Amino acid sequence: MYAQMVETGLNKVRTEQDMSAEEGAFQARIDAGIKIEPKDWMPEAYRKTLIRQISQHAHSEIVGQLPEGNWVTRAPTLQRKSVLLAKIQDEAGHGLYLYSAAETLGVSRDELLAALHAGKAKYSSIFNYPTLSWADMGAIGWLVDGSAIINQIPLCRCSYGPYARAMVRVCKEESFHARQGYDIMMALAKGTPEQKAMAQDALNRWWWPSLMMFGPSDAESVNSAQSSAWRIKLFSNDELRQRMVDQTVPQAEYLGLTVPDPDLKWNAERGSYDFGAIDWAEFYDVLKGNGPCNRERLRTRVKAWDDGEWFRDALVAHADKQAAKKVAA
Amino acid sequence: MSKEWPLWEVFIRSQHGLAHKHVGSLHAPDAEMAVNNARDVYTRRNEGVSIWVVRAADIVASSPADKASLFEPANSKVYRHPTFFPMPEEVKNL
Repeated sequence: MYAQMVETGLNKVRTEQDMSAEEGAFQARIDAGIKIEPKDWMPEAYRKTLIRQISQHAHSEIVGQLPEGNWVTRAPTLQRKSVLLAKIQDEAGHGLYLYSAAETLGVSRDELLAALHAGKAKYSSIFNYPTLSWADMGAIGWLVDGSAIINQIPLCRCSYGPYARAMVRVCKEESFHARQGYDIMMALAKGTPEQKAMAQDALNRWWWPSLMMFGPSDAESVNSAQSSAWRIKLFSNDELRQRMVDQTVPQAEYLGLTVPDPDLKWNAERGSYDFGAIDWAEFYDVLKGNGPCNRERLRTRVKAWDDGEWFRDALVAHADKQAAKKVAA
Repeated sequence: MSKEWPLWEVFIRSQHGLAHKHVGSLHAPDAEMAVNNARDVYTRRNEGVSIWVVRAADIVASSPADKASLFEPANSKVYRHPTFFPMPEEVKNL
């Protein structure tokens, strides 16, 4: 989901007949639930798919700091500001764990960042939306991190060792993110009528983009089928999205807020909520670069990288100078 | 064209721990930055009292392909475990 619609580069799922002896042995390990590690033989398509998925996930964490960065100087209390800063720091850490996992597959950090800054690499669509009020900090923690948790827990069991282990670490920290968001929503929903209206407005704007995070229905997708065979993807987009809706609707009811979906209805037969149609045209448009903040997000990232070049160079110059002194001594 | 920073592996010993545990990796230009960055990224929740950083290039690892033959000697020596030797119930302190 943070990696939405990852290309595998294949147009049909690999069958036994397609596979060499090496690939057959690799697939047997996957089927047996044995983790694949960096030095193990793997098909080129598996390696490339993972590099795409893990780096998209890493880019999402780093770009994901920006919507929340917008409200750090305007948090209502020092406590809320400290908590928000702690969450943003966590996202930097998550980016690091994921870049580290991607790099084990034979790609450098510089290559990954160059792809992001050139607009060639993707990141999750959700971060292209603006944060218009303090209540957005609540909605993001609650709905966006909440959706991330639903996606990331199964990834803790994916076939590639470094990615699975990174996810274990991320999941431990992610629950704080969801709770701090919901904590903000509770304070607003139980506050003045103006505060409650602000909370409702944030829910109205973030609900549908959060459902879109899971990606379009992938029942027909070859990429999803191959990722499932490789045990990178363990549940379909629709299954995860349904899980998110079923978990979140009671949370919204507790707040006394209305989910902005007139078609939302409990279906006793399915034991799940039926919900309205998603506007996928908006999703594809945002992915194409036409969301409200795409250009601003990329510009901010590139500026941070370019403006920081002198500092990175100075660190290297200092390190080289110290190393030379040591040799001379 | 900037120089890419070397990769460091990070090991942390927790307050209640005996040994340093591998927790992850990071890039840094030198050892001092590696320790500071490790503190920022890997100990936000009081995970440790001690940090080791080692250049990844200095780590030598056994090959996964050699696993079977490398660890074979231990397979046939179950008598290294105390449980291999049942002791009579009446006998204490053994």
